[in-house]
Amino acid sequence: MWTYNRNLQYPINLKCKNPKMAKVIISQYGGPDGELAASLRYLSQKFGMPDKKSMAILNDIGTEELAHLEMVGTIVHQLTDGCTAQELEAAGMADYYTDHGWGIYPQSAAGAPFTAAYIRSKRRSNCRFNRRFGCRAES
Amino acid sequence: MGCECENGNSREELMNKVMAYKFAVNDMSLFLDTHPTDEKALCLHNDYVKEYDKLKNEYESKYGPLSFETEMDSWQWVTDKWPWETEVR
Repeated sequence: MWTYNRNLQYPINLKCKNPKMAKVIISQYGGPDGELAASLRYLSQKFGMPDKKSMAILNDIGTEELAHLEMVGTIVHQLTDGCTAQELEAAGMADYYTDHGWGIYPQSAAGAPFTAAYIRSKRRSNCRFNRRFGCRAES
Repeated sequence: MGCECENGNSREELMNKVMAYKFAVNDMSLFLDTHPTDEKALCLHNDYVKEYDKLKNEYESKYGPLSFETEMDSWQWVTDKWPWETEVR
C-alpha cells in the first residue's frame, strides 16, 4: 500500500505564471512518456518480474514516479494558477480551458487523453519465482 | 513561508532538510535494490534514515503532521498548506 507524505520530492514554488509553458509541460504529466505512464508501467510490470531484485527496483521506482507525477502536476498548477481565461486563450490553451478550466488533466501536449495504450505489461509464464521444476526454459 | 527562527531552523529550512534526507534515503534504497550486498551503501542508508527520522520528528512536533500516521492535538491535516499550493505572489 501507499501512504501520503506531505511534501514534494523536491520543493516547487514558482514565482510567475506562464500558461504557454504549462501547455507543453502537461505532456510530462499524462503524455506517452509522462510520469503517469512511467508509474503505471513500473507498478504493473513488477508483478511479472522473474526475480526479487527486479521486483524491488520496479516497485520502488514506480513509487518514485508517483512523486514525480505530483511534482509535474504542481508545476502545471502553479504556472496557470491566477491566469485569466483571456491569458489562457492567448497562450493557446483555449481548448484545454474549455474542457478542464484551471484543472489538471492527464493528457499529452497535443490534447490526447492519457491512455493505457502507452504502456505494455506481460508475464511470460505462470512459473513460480524459484522455478524448481525447470520451466525457465519454457518461459 | 513565515520565518520563525527558534533554535536555528526556520520552518522552511527544516522542511528542506527533511526533504533532502528523504531524497537521500530514497536514492540509497534504489541503489541497494540492485546492490543488496554493498555494506558501505547499507551503512550510508541507515545513517540517512536516522537523521531523517530525527528531522521529521522535530518538524512534526514544531509545525504539524507530514503524514496522518502522526498523533495530532487537532486535525491539522485539513488546515495546513498542501505542498502543491501556490505561494502568495
